[in-house]
Amino acid sequence: MVSGREDARAGQGAERDAGRGGQGRARTPAIELHDAQVRLGGRTIWSGVEVAAGHGELIAVLGPNGAGKSTLLQVLLGAVPLSRGTATVLGSPPGARDARIGFLPQRRVFDSGTRIRGIDIVRLGLDGSRWGMPVPGAARLSARARARAARVSELIEMVGAREYANRPIDECSGGEQQRLLIAQALAHRPELLLLDEPLDGLDLTNQAAVTALVKAIATERNVTVLLVAHDVNPLLPHLDRVIYLAGGRAAVGTPSEVITSPTLSALYGVDVEVLRTGSGRMVVVGAPEAPHAHGRRHPLADGAHGAGAGG
Amino acid sequence: MPMAGAIRWQTALTALEPGDELARRRLGRGAAMSPHLSPDLVSDAQQLLAYTFMVHALIAASIVAVMAAVTGWFMVLRRESFAGHTLSVMAFPGAAAAILAGIPVAFGYFAFSGGAALVIGAGSVRRGRGGGVQAALTGTVQAAALALGFLLLGVYGGLLESPTSLLFGSFLGISATQVVSLAVLAVGVLAFFALVGRPLLFASVDGAVASAHRVPVKALSISFMVVLGLTAAAIAQVTGALLVLALLVAPPATAMQLTPRIGVSLLLSILTALVTVWLGLGLAYFTNYAAGFFITTVAFTIYLAARLIGTLAWRPRREMVGPRPPSKADGLRHASVEG
Ligand SMILES: Nc1ncnc2c1ncn2[C@@H]1O[C@H](COP(=O)(O)OP(=O)(O)OP(=O)(O)O)[C@@H](O)[C@H]1O
Ligand SMILES: [Mg+2]
Repeated sequence: MVSGREDARAGQGAERDAGRGGQGRARTPAIELHDAQVRLGGRTIWSGVEVAAGHGELIAVLGPNGAGKSTLLQVLLGAVPLSRGTATVLGSPPGARDARIGFLPQRRVFDSGTRIRGIDIVRLGLDGSRWGMPVPGAARLSARARARAARVSELIEMVGAREYANRPIDECSGGEQQRLLIAQALAHRPELLLLDEPLDGLDLTNQAAVTALVKAIATERNVTVLLVAHDVNPLLPHLDRVIYLAGGRAAVGTPSEVITSPTLSALYGVDVEVLRTGSGRMVVVGAPEAPHAHGRRHPLADGAHGAGAGG
Repeated sequence: MPMAGAIRWQTALTALEPGDELARRRLGRGAAMSPHLSPDLVSDAQQLLAYTFMVHALIAASIVAVMAAVTGWFMVLRRESFAGHTLSVMAFPGAAAAILAGIPVAFGYFAFSGGAALVIGAGSVRRGRGGGVQAALTGTVQAAALALGFLLLGVYGGLLESPTSLLFGSFLGISATQVVSLAVLAVGVLAFFALVGRPLLFASVDGAVASAHRVPVKALSISFMVVLGLTAAAIAQVTGALLVLALLVAPPATAMQLTPRIGVSLLLSILTALVTVWLGLGLAYFTNYAAGFFITTVAFTIYLAARLIGTLAWRPRREMVGPRPPSKADGLRHASVEG
């Protein structure tokens, strides 16, 4: 099973290189949504969504609370069906290629009392779906187990979590847990990374660090990343495109195309103003949602006045 | 499950307190030595093992302890202690119903705890993420179970004088057949964990990601609940229905206090459970008080000690790790900030 996966991985690598050289892969987008609509509980969450994301793109998914950002990720995972339209993920219907998708769900803090080491949590991303039982000291017994252990420590190194990886996860801070979870999502070298608010609860330094890490993964490993966020500013220097969900519809394009007064006004259906600060930061003013919803999350990120800013 | 021998056990149970008395009196009269705790551990052990019923009790308790330690470890991790308690309490009306129906008591234990496990498991899965709903459902089942148990005993009247033994345990009269049937169950339960331990762990700590990895989270959670029910029914036969939770919760909680390593934690949990039942049964044997009381007390004492060790030994080490910033990891973090 493992060797099979490894073979598949090697195959992917070759394919990926071919894709870079010729245009074999460039022509098939990593994600394609066409006229997509989702209904949940008898309510249309969004409809008419058109997205085509290329390989290696870093895309932010923005929008107010309840706009359906998490739902979009669930659709791509095949956990929520479309009520209309089509979705293609890595060339297959959603759900068929889950082994090649890394997923970080929204706001996941481990309860105190989860006395499991961070390193074991990361490891579950690698072998958690395999039958069997974790055996202590297995790394000494088989080459495969050794290879997995090496991969886990590589992942931990990648996110800079060496220092706290052996601590119980419930004793790690929210940001430390987030890094470990990103490592977990990267475990089996995904081609598509779905991160639901990975910057939530991180301080500005860690927001920048995690964003840079994600960007590096996207470009160096040609991984397509969809990153849900509430504040676009820490992402701006790295973003290829944004998907802005609001009012049951979506606007897709580069940040400067989408985060403009006319586009967002059309999306929200009321006049919305996008202000740019001298340093290039974007602040959205007048969006019909409770400003405190954002202020609560990132009081500093929204600018000195705590205006209803954000994605 | 081979339960034939349980009929004999049922006779022992229906005799309840009078049975205990008889057994003790017989011990006192017939035995060359009456149980008497001394500083000589060898003589203590000899006394403990002098009677078949005590040997059976010790073997049964050991089997049950291993099951409890492993199932309980996952139960604590999954935060399903409340459900675990309810499934244990179900053993009480189960036993009462079996006595009323004139079938082996063990059947009642397993049927009621297993059935309730299915109800709770399926019910909580269908409601999805609503932990509160599950707690409400579980609590309702538990209250109904206790009431039903007393009602059944009331209907039965006569022979069954007091529910004490069903609630707090009686280790007298565990038959050889019963020991065998517990062993078979234990092998099944351990095989379950050997087979699905890792995906169950994944589903327990991280359900959303596990299901994105195609782990059958719902099926695992229902089947774990059933295993928990069967384990609870098995434990109830030794500790009584009300004190099952002590054996299900305390050993894993103790182990988790002492180490965050999964394998080590499981082994520690088993070890703690074994020590707990051995000490508990030994003390009960020498003092003539209910085994359930001692098992619970020992379990609690060990847990307290572990917490103490945990706070004394673990925290300072963390603080030592903390203020040592110029390490490799820190450099990396800065590197990634700049990168
Ligand atoms: N299972 C469900 N049944 C019915 N409605 C649902 C279900 N799941 C989500 N919804 C609704 O769908 C809408 C979109 O939810 P979603 O979680 O995608 O929002 P979001 O954009 O991620 O919001 P947030 O910023 O708060 O995370 C919400 O109004 C929510 O109430
Ligand atoms: Mg969301």
